[in-house]
Amino acid sequence: MPTSKRLYGNRLAILAPLATVVVLASLALAFFQAPIEADQGFSQKIIYIHVPLAITTLIGFIYGGICAIQYLRSGDPRDDLRSYTAIHQSLIFCIGALLTGMIWAKASWGQWWVWDEPTLVSFLIVFLLYCTYQPLRFSIEDPERQSRYAAVFAVVAGAFVPLNFIAVRLADPLIHPRVLGTAEGGLTNGMKPAFYLGILGALLLFFTLCRYEMANKHTRAQLRALRRRFGQDAPARAGRSSAPEVPAR
Amino acid sequence: MTETLPPNTGFVAAAYLVFVALLLIYVTIMSIRASRLERELDQLLRDEDEEVVVEAVAEETVAEETVAGEAGR
Repeated sequence: MPTSKRLYGNRLAILAPLATVVVLASLALAFFQAPIEADQGFSQKIIYIHVPLAITTLIGFIYGGICAIQYLRSGDPRDDLRSYTAIHQSLIFCIGALLTGMIWAKASWGQWWVWDEPTLVSFLIVFLLYCTYQPLRFSIEDPERQSRYAAVFAVVAGAFVPLNFIAVRLADPLIHPRVLGTAEGGLTNGMKPAFYLGILGALLLFFTLCRYEMANKHTRAQLRALRRRFGQDAPARAGRSSAPEVPAR
Repeated sequence: MTETLPPNTGFVAAAYLVFVALLLIYVTIMSIRASRLERELDQLLRDEDEEVVVEAVAEETVAEETVAGEAGR
């Protein structure tokens, strides 16, 4: 069985439509079924996109750390690729969570950002921490060393994410609500289906985009291998890059 | 029509637009990469075809020379 089949299988063909259906269903539930919250009014609808993006971001960072542990144990470059794409996707989701959060903050609190709120600042710290991941990779030329150092970073930063989450939950909130697992979270029974389906949709979208990116990188590596086989000048790696070296087979 | 919309609709629309915009930007970047791969693959196939034609012509020339040589003898 070719590596591409082992690595991606036919899951992308299943994941992509499934993610689309679940995301659209969650949006339909959010706008047509979930009641309008009494306190915040219509602006509370942002919760159905902001919180799923934020939760998926944190799960993605942890997943990146787990893949990095697997890479350090096995040395398999595919695990490094999984870790890299998970962190890359999580960063994109993180930008989405930050921007939607800022818009919601402006609508609810009248300010784009509140520096005294631990939830906001801790999330920003996590984002800035992971912003250093790509420059770290790029700064190391040797592919093997690059993968190893990046894996160590992903493990340490991945461990920091849940610790940071727990610390924020233990801290006194200023204005940001604690939605999950709290009585004062403000989620009524009518809101829960849209909310949890939103989280599922965001997770499915995350894994779909991860697989899409991995498939793209793998195809490029295969093309380079093919060009080398035909005697053309195609190095295994296109110059210095922060992306991991992908095995063609 | 604006009177029927609930307050803060603009903020909600902006938040969802951010999500859609991020998704579209990502998909566009990936599509550009995919089309670049397609172009490279096309080029590779063209090169391969040219190589096959050159080899065929060379083989034909060798065969013709052999036949002419035998006839001359």
